[in-house]
Amino acid sequence: MTPASAASEQSDSNGSRVVLSARGLRRDFAGFVAVRNVDLDVGHGKIHALIGPNGAGKTTVFNLLTRFLPSTSGTITLLDQDITRTPPAKVARLGLVRSFQISAIFPHLSVLDNVRVALQRQNGLGVQFWRSLSALDDLTPRAQELLERVGLANARHHMAGDLSYGRKRVLEIATTLALEPKVLLLDEPMAGMGHEDVAVVAEIIRGVAENCAILMVEHNLTVVADLCDWITVLQRGEILAAGDYATVSSDERVKTAYMGTADD
Amino acid sequence: MADTALERTSPTRARVEWALVVLGILVLIAAPFTIYPFFLMQVLCFALFACAFNLLLGYTGLLSFGHAAFFGGAAYFCAYAVKSWGFSPEAGILLGVLGAAVLGVVVGFFAIRRQGIYFAMITLALAQMFFFFCIQAPFTGGEDGIQGVPHGFLFGFIDLNKPLAMYFFVLAVFLISVFIIWRIVNSPFGMILKSIRENETRAISLGYSVANYKLAAFVMSAALAGLAGALKANVVQFATLTDVAWQMSGEVILMTLLGGIGTMVGPIFGAALVVSLENRLATSGFPVQIVLGAVFMICVLLFRKGIVGEILAFFDRRKPRE
Repeated sequence: MTPASAASEQSDSNGSRVVLSARGLRRDFAGFVAVRNVDLDVGHGKIHALIGPNGAGKTTVFNLLTRFLPSTSGTITLLDQDITRTPPAKVARLGLVRSFQISAIFPHLSVLDNVRVALQRQNGLGVQFWRSLSALDDLTPRAQELLERVGLANARHHMAGDLSYGRKRVLEIATTLALEPKVLLLDEPMAGMGHEDVAVVAEIIRGVAENCAILMVEHNLTVVADLCDWITVLQRGEILAAGDYATVSSDERVKTAYMGTADD
Repeated sequence: MADTALERTSPTRARVEWALVVLGILVLIAAPFTIYPFFLMQVLCFALFACAFNLLLGYTGLLSFGHAAFFGGAAYFCAYAVKSWGFSPEAGILLGVLGAAVLGVVVGFFAIRRQGIYFAMITLALAQMFFFFCIQAPFTGGEDGIQGVPHGFLFGFIDLNKPLAMYFFVLAVFLISVFIIWRIVNSPFGMILKSIRENETRAISLGYSVANYKLAAFVMSAALAGLAGALKANVVQFATLTDVAWQMSGEVILMTLLGGIGTMVGPIFGAALVVSLENRLATSGFPVQIVLGAVFMICVLLFRKGIVGEILAFFDRRKPRE
């Protein structure tokens, strides 16, 4: 078998069970290698950060892991299952769910319906075109619960598109949580948020990580230092360094390539 | 939670909507006694066509430029079966709907692989292929079309040669079909169609196999467009190349846009407007296309949501939801 399947038997360096793992991930775009030789292990209950300067290939890695983009080579394993060739919707059904850099919501649906759309699939209500919408009323308490968790309960009948930027992002997280993901991929969840919102979202993420694995792209290094157990630094599509915050931040190459200017 | 059904739309608003629906049905029942039934039947057929098209454009976000193939294809199938095989009207219509659904599976299967303008181009290309097939195929009668389709007896005993009997048959099919479309749109399945319209990649990331949903919506829309076409063939007693030509695909887009995309009754008003204009102008010697073009431009410039869309938006602004 592939090295990836061997890795999934192991634990990562923090001692938790590896749920998502990638080996030798590579993606070529016409004459340009966007991502090469990327190995990743994300452990259950851990928050893993993917950082690096703009254009380092972070979002491409996300797209490869969730199969929104096919990888040129390499293997991806989710919960001991090879998903290297699995279609993206199936990957999501297997428990690997992503958020997007731009707030991915359904703007002309109500806040409540945004969450219920996500809940609908597990209840097998996807294909029922002959039933009335009240068939979805059973999902309302659960949706309500999720909205309360992120502090959106009072906005549930607003159009999602009318929410402020920060609340849209929080709604996206609530929708993602509705799927009860095993692995959560967050693409810059706090980008463009004010200070209070960042603290709120950090708290939500910390809570979610208790029974889920999280891989997040984040530029705010204070957040990364505070929240993440493991950090992978990406530069020009390759892994520059990996380790906990202390290791990575003291790495000379990382300092010069990325943190040297951003940190101190 | 018992409150949700009520909170979705306020009770007074729901009551007003139901009252308007009942009023509309009453008007349609009374209409043939004052207005020429043949004209009304044409309006209803095109209104159904536009509603079927709107299921795809308004609620799934897919712009098909090939719906004439389903409308005209079903008209040919139905006309041929009724005239040459002696099918009853209801059997002929059923055959037309099935034929349109099969065409919908074929066209949809290829088209849903692409998005936006490419989707529209593939539907147009395949519909054009079907158009040229209809010119060549012997059963369509080429340039002449299929003429003189007999009205026959519905279910063996209702004489459709009587204009009023035909009218109420068309009205019944129309109302049932609009109800079906309304049910599809306001169902759990319809919810997912809307989510695909709103944000397709997000729908995928929620685990929905978007392609299957799109294909299902496409086939439903094609079948209902076929129903409209087959019905029309029975009403006007012929099926011709006009029904499968690309101009017909353009016309249904125009009707839907004029009335209001993504509204339930918009396409009905749009169809009524376009068919009325065409009927009036056909005898006046005034160029129909120029007038329609001008109306379309005014619509795009002044009320982009369409006539019904703007009216609904006006009331939404007046009565903000709590």
